[in-house]
Amino acid sequence: MIRDILKQIEEVDAAIGAQQEPLTDEDAALRSALLLKRSNLLNECRELSAEDKVFLARHPRRPKIDEYIHALFTDFFEQKGDRQCKEDPSILGGIALYKGLPVTVIGHRKGSDLASNMTYNFGMPGPEGYRKALRLMRQAEKFGRPVITFIDTPGAYPGMEAEARGQGEAIARNLAEMSQLTVPVIAVVTGEGSSGGALALGVANKVLMLENAVYSVLSPEGFASILWKDASRHGEACEIMKLTAQDLFEFHVADEIVPEPLGGAQLDHGALFACLDVALTKNLAFLRKFSGNTLAAQRYKKYRQIGQ
Amino acid sequence: MIRLIKPILDTPKQKAFEWKARREANGTAQPWQEAQFFTCPKCQRRATRANWSEHLYVCPNCGHYQPIGGYYRLSMILDHGSFKELNEKTTGRDFLHFPGYPEKLSLQRRKTGLSEAVVTATGKIHGIQVVAAVLDSRFFMGSMGTGVGEKVTLAVEYAAAKKLPLIIFSASGGARMQEGIYSLMQMAKTSAAIASFSAKGGLYISYLTHPTTGGVTASFASLGDITLAEPHALIGFAGPRVIEQTIGQKLPAGFQRSEYLEEHGFVDKIVPRSEMRETLAQILKLHTNGGKRL
Repeated sequence: MIRDILKQIEEVDAAIGAQQEPLTDEDAALRSALLLKRSNLLNECRELSAEDKVFLARHPRRPKIDEYIHALFTDFFEQKGDRQCKEDPSILGGIALYKGLPVTVIGHRKGSDLASNMTYNFGMPGPEGYRKALRLMRQAEKFGRPVITFIDTPGAYPGMEAEARGQGEAIARNLAEMSQLTVPVIAVVTGEGSSGGALALGVANKVLMLENAVYSVLSPEGFASILWKDASRHGEACEIMKLTAQDLFEFHVADEIVPEPLGGAQLDHGALFACLDVALTKNLAFLRKFSGNTLAAQRYKKYRQIGQ
Repeated sequence: MIRLIKPILDTPKQKAFEWKARREANGTAQPWQEAQFFTCPKCQRRATRANWSEHLYVCPNCGHYQPIGGYYRLSMILDHGSFKELNEKTTGRDFLHFPGYPEKLSLQRRKTGLSEAVVTATGKIHGIQVVAAVLDSRFFMGSMGTGVGEKVTLAVEYAAAKKLPLIIFSASGGARMQEGIYSLMQMAKTSAAIASFSAKGGLYISYLTHPTTGGVTASFASLGDITLAEPHALIGFAGPRVIEQTIGQKLPAGFQRSEYLEEHGFVDKIVPRSEMRETLAQILKLHTNGGKRL
């Protein structure tokens, strides 16, 4: 299990950190032993099960939307509110420059601790969040900006207010309108993409998935409780749901897999951002060659042929 | 049994359609197996089949709306002899090689006589040619997998190509779990088809029936130019049980019902089953452009 390996790596890192400089010969020997142990542990992470990937995809230290924006874009200007009802902080969106090019960036926002997670509702948007996203996408179309979305959500929020204000309608509207956008749309599944709540930001020309990201019709827990009336069987669900980036690439749902550092993105944010930067640059340059109508037609075709 | 005036001779196709509709209304394949009485699952009172049928399977005692099959519903709304099924043979596939799914599918097929959870057809309402799709909640809870997604999309594309109005009767428990991500992607596929149809000026009437939830609510069912609902149907994205678990309290009576949605601005009109055909005819009439049909 990746959980145990990561724990051991943390212990090794703590032991290395505890060593006092300058190193004596004895310490140096210990350190090289520790480093060897660390690289051996990392090597064990080469073969991960689907359940391991779900664990990594939800890792609390995995990069969040604001870190992606900070690392990959400049001059970010946040846009708030759906102009109808309220501001939903579980989706973050705005305009930024990507290597000098104005783009619209939108993504699910998760927190890094309990307090911030409460504020961002654990990345579970209500209809206002999706309507804000749609507002930003329409504006991107108006000004000819490409749209880049970051997907990381356990799903749309199942609450009373969300239902009263039309959660289903908000998601449906996003799916319909995103399919018609005449600007390039790139979606990056960075963590867990569950249910319609993820797809509502995901109707794109290119869908990139980070190596350890997962994308599925429902969370493994929800899946197990619907199918077997037993949420504790989520490990089993992970395996049969076929939700890893590798599965989805095979199904032609994901177009590209962005490599992560060994052991998961949480171990080295910088390495991940570098890989993602390369992938974004390449795909954006490719998509910008096409006219708006071609882009919309390409997007239609991409989804039209899934399950045909 | 629905249309009163019948031509002297029906085509074999029409006979087959009526047989299917009749079978659905009675719940059994053979006329001699038909039970005389049918017990309302809500009020537990019995009434004769003839009485139920006369009331279009709305309980004659308490007004409970019994879910009905696709062919039966189409027989209620289409002009006699105009029914023509579309893509009858299209079905879902077991893309994920999900354990036990093929067996479950064939069980559902035997049980209902349907090949998928949706029937798509073209026919006439008061002489106006339309494309209609009816989801059937008796087949796998009306869940949307690749079969439903594909058939609905084909129907929308057919309506777009022939410039016909589109009517979809939704009834669904949501995504078909056994088809995983393929099932989720049908939401994008059907929504994109509706968006493209709409951009070409097509009229889409969405008719919500009990229950419409999950991925179907969050895709084509919510995208109608006109949205109608059957009385007291459960309509929502998240199921009531999931919401109760999340918020840790009981939901108020009437929550997520048609009347609630109408009050919150998501439904144009609640239409009883008995007025279904006439209401559709009225809307279609209102969209004829100086005699030129859509």
